[in-house]
Amino acid sequence: MHIPDGYLSPSTCATLGAVMVPVWYRALAKLKETLDVSRVPLLAMGAVFSFLIMMFNVPIPDGTTAHAIGATLIAIILGPWAAVLAMSVALVIQAIVFGDGGILAIGANTFNMAFVAPFAGHYVYRFISKNAPQGSNRQVIAGVIAGYMAINFAALLASIEFGIQPILFTAVDGTPLYCPYGLNVTIPAMMFAHLTFAGVAEGIVTGVALKFITRESSNLMIVPNQIGKEV
Amino acid sequence: MFRRYWVTLIVLAILSPIGLLAEGTAWGEWDADELKETLGYVPQGMERFKDLWQAIFPDYSMNILGDSNFGHYTEYVFSAIIGSAIIYGTVRLITKLILQQKNKTICTK
Repeated sequence: MHIPDGYLSPSTCATLGAVMVPVWYRALAKLKETLDVSRVPLLAMGAVFSFLIMMFNVPIPDGTTAHAIGATLIAIILGPWAAVLAMSVALVIQAIVFGDGGILAIGANTFNMAFVAPFAGHYVYRFISKNAPQGSNRQVIAGVIAGYMAINFAALLASIEFGIQPILFTAVDGTPLYCPYGLNVTIPAMMFAHLTFAGVAEGIVTGVALKFITRESSNLMIVPNQIGKEV
Repeated sequence: MFRRYWVTLIVLAILSPIGLLAEGTAWGEWDADELKETLGYVPQGMERFKDLWQAIFPDYSMNILGDSNFGHYTEYVFSAIIGSAIIYGTVRLITKLILQQKNKTICTK
């Protein structure tokens, strides 16, 4: 889901970048209010976890690959605004150091994976796990479903960003200027990869890690009344 | 108290080459050569922007250990470790600045 440079028009990139600037500003402002020093190591490790889990490419039967992203896990453990920061740092370093995702496309990639994914995961998780006791199976199941749905939301948005390119931007000779595939191709392709394999991977990663972290350090996890202040 | 998390992260970094076993490129992340093969041409706008940025370790490879599988796997693990260190440091730095600001506002109140 790391869109490289050249697939999106500069105006698409600028638009999504312009959306992300206030999101980042708000994330920093929220964290200034609510971030506790005891949670800082966990936040940094969350970003590292996300980076590492994205290296585990999963084969897709159509000959492509996809991977989990870990966004929902961080949103559940530390809150969605902390997840915005952790995911954004991971994605920016991936783009700058490893060329995974474009530089112009940083706005688009962070919009999908560092904003939409953690917030979608956060809301789905809170909805399903409402009033569930800490450490209960319902929390784990909520994590699995939230992870699955969140990565699919992000993939859907990425596929729309790809798919609108040939509608909006064509060269003088009529050929597409950027991503050559329209929505009729991009949505089925991206959703196939994520509804089947990457979504399942994200669900399992979220569930397993959530169970592990709840057992190890439930005292550091963000609780619903803190979330109330955060969102 | 975070020992088990560190162990988990280190194990993930060491096992990361498993991610290289999956053949192919993620959908929509093909480079110009791959796209030209399937499409027959490279879109003009893409031609213009695709090489805007030269990554230090493109595609998690370093081009020092040669073109063997062992080389690829080892460089992938190195990339995992280097990337992890930079990301960990960056988040610690940003959160440090956030907490410093927070303390400053509390002190001046």
